[in-house]
Amino acid sequence: MNPSHTASWGILNRRDFPRLLDALRTQGYRIIGPTLQDGAVKWGDIATVDDFPVGWRDHQSPGHYRLERTESFRYFDIVHGAESFKPLTFAPRETLLVLERTHKTFVATPILPDPEPLAVLGVRACDLAGLAIQDRIFLHGPYADPYYRARRDRLFIIAVQCTRALDTCFCASMGTGPQATAGFDLALIEGDADFVVQTGSEEGARLAQHLSLHPVPPERLRQEEIRMAACAASQTRSIDQSALPRALYDAHDHERWDDVARRCLACTNCTMVCPTCFCHGVEEQPDLMWTRSERARVWDSCFTPDHGYIHGKNLRPTIKDRYRMWLTHKLAAWIDQFGMSGCVGCGRCLTWCPVGIDLTEEIKELIRSRQASGS
Amino acid sequence: MNMESAISPPMNPFVIHPAVIKEKRQEAPEIVTFRLQLEDPAIRKQFRFEPGQFNMVYAFGVGEVAISIVSDPDHPRELDHTIRIVGRTTDVIGRMQPGDRLGIRGPFGKGWPMEEAKGSDILIVTGGLGCAPVVGAIEYIFRRRENYGMMNILHGVKAPHDLLYRERFDAWRAHPRTHVWLTSDEPGKTWHYHVGVVTELFDRVQFDPNHTFVMMCGPEIMMRVASHLLSQRGLTPDRMYVSLERHMACGIGLCGHCQLGPYFICKDGPVMRLDRILPWLGKSGI
Ligand SMILES: Cc1cc2nc3c(=O)[nH]c(=O)nc-3n(C[C@H](O)[C@H](O)[C@H](O)COP(=O)(O)OP(=O)(O)OC[C@H]3O[C@@H](n4cnc5c(N)ncnc54)[C@H](O)[C@@H]3O)c2cc1C
Ligand code: SF4
Ligand code: SF4
Ligand code: FES
Repeated sequence: MNPSHTASWGILNRRDFPRLLDALRTQGYRIIGPTLQDGAVKWGDIATVDDFPVGWRDHQSPGHYRLERTESFRYFDIVHGAESFKPLTFAPRETLLVLERTHKTFVATPILPDPEPLAVLGVRACDLAGLAIQDRIFLHGPYADPYYRARRDRLFIIAVQCTRALDTCFCASMGTGPQATAGFDLALIEGDADFVVQTGSEEGARLAQHLSLHPVPPERLRQEEIRMAACAASQTRSIDQSALPRALYDAHDHERWDDVARRCLACTNCTMVCPTCFCHGVEEQPDLMWTRSERARVWDSCFTPDHGYIHGKNLRPTIKDRYRMWLTHKLAAWIDQFGMSGCVGCGRCLTWCPVGIDLTEEIKELIRSRQASGS
Repeated sequence: MNMESAISPPMNPFVIHPAVIKEKRQEAPEIVTFRLQLEDPAIRKQFRFEPGQFNMVYAFGVGEVAISIVSDPDHPRELDHTIRIVGRTTDVIGRMQPGDRLGIRGPFGKGWPMEEAKGSDILIVTGGLGCAPVVGAIEYIFRRRENYGMMNILHGVKAPHDLLYRERFDAWRAHPRTHVWLTSDEPGKTWHYHVGVVTELFDRVQFDPNHTFVMMCGPEIMMRVASHLLSQRGLTPDRMYVSLERHMACGIGLCGHCQLGPYFICKDGPVMRLDRILPWLGKSGI
């Protein structure tokens, strides 16, 4: 995506929406978007516009997720499911190498993912913020990851702007949403009868030429800005980042960790649904003859007992240690490591926590009493 | 999925390079030193490392472990690794013989400040069983003895039988301007060195705090206490370095396992200047 691109706007009539799919397919893209599969929202193939979950909306709160039937004919009423954008670029399981024994030695062959062009339609601002964080980690460190790169480079991204926040959303306080401002090829705002289409890259602008867009009255753009601002204003949760990272480092011995440890099950859900968590382990799978072996990286979580294991001891034996590791990394150490918070405010870890632990509450307690005690 | 060999190995930091075992030396019942040579001449030629850096050493079909490079950086075509057999992967590696192949990715991480320490006295403080990370630095100094001042090597173990290879300490002791101090927390019949924790030895060692570099490796609590006592003796934290250990799966700052506070020990360490890491050193549960 080209940062020097100058955005332009146009209106796509609702009945012309299928043209977008046609244009993408003509360009050789496989298209995926939010779909309903076995009662859950997941990225799935979009063959026609009817594959979008029309007539459904989601309600989320800590420990709860509910899909509700509506009369609406909008395509993008569901905000998001458990699955973030992350699996599309950082695969839950990625084969890295195949090693084969030869006469006396062995050969290691990298297995790079298929670079099939992929258009993703229905990406939220928090997803894009998560993607930017993962780019920072996998592409802009001392070693660029060729597997991530291959999955990343094939993408065409179509964002959908948020005009309704969930009870769990706090992107506004994290500065990541609800409006996507960069990182997309095209962005859509869904109205009752049409979409406002914004270009975000040269590729996006080229594709938009196939859509017979109408000019947007300036008044309409102002209305949409107001809708998105209202969405931001409706968010009730927030994280005050002004004292981070220091405040959380200083809270190492806070009693709140004991409190949250009594509730946390160390189930790893929060890390699996998080769009930014990047921990992984490597699995080795030799064949029976021990002549061929595959190495694959697999998502791991700092909540597992093995995560902090070194021979003879576990550095984080208790759930308290692990929850503290997670939150301190996410909201504090991440800033030192990557120059940005590890949380984009998507709220997934609240929703998918079986006991409804809400990190915005935890951080408030951890920082509030610190201020009270004046340390 | 497609087989892609077009990506040349240095661009893919996950590619494992076969290395042949040239020599194997049994140092102690559970400790072996391997001399390895990378098979691919091009990779071998470009391989450069510093004392204190490590390789991910791979056993075919089993897995990878982080192991310090203990040989001399002026001879990077041969790589020595001293490995203590403690579990699944090191067990398989320990059974390998000359002519067998191990795999290597590396070198990774930051090493000891060998250049900065030139001309200074050196104080090595180690505790516990292995301490391979400092061995490379010690050998480096002995091969360039004239570039460094007094050498004091302090090593502490829990019990006398934990002193894994005494011969090496005896060999070090034989070098000019070198003192080796051994101690054990518990006494023993054949133990004729000091009894007590390693930090007690500080009282006996003479050093000029303004002309000394400290290199430490061992339990974090020990290093924390040691750095505190050494500060009291006038050593500033910017002249003290520690080598740290964490769980490592990737070695390149991506897998998340090796974190300590804001650092990834695989890329910001394993050797770190004390003033950077002191707030985190020995803190429980991190
Ligand atoms: C920077 C660094 C340098 C090291 N240098 C040396 C050295 O020169 N010589 C030496 O003998 N040992 C060294 N170690 C320790 C060595 O890596 C472990 O002893 C080894 O990983 C144990 O593997 P295992 O499979 O035999 O043990 P197990 O206990 O059976 O398995 C543990 C598994 O956990 C994983 N693991 C990852 N990191 C570690 C870790 N730090 N400790 C234990 N398990 C880990 C591995 O996948 C390993 O297979 C070093 C460690 C680090 C971090
Ligand atoms: S920590 Fe929770 S709210 Fe923040 S990005 Fe991750 S899943 Fe979303
Ligand atoms: S989802 Fe909730 S219970 Fe599970 S590990 Fe995360 S905080 Fe703990
Ligand atoms: S070992 Fe993977 S991040 Fe350091």
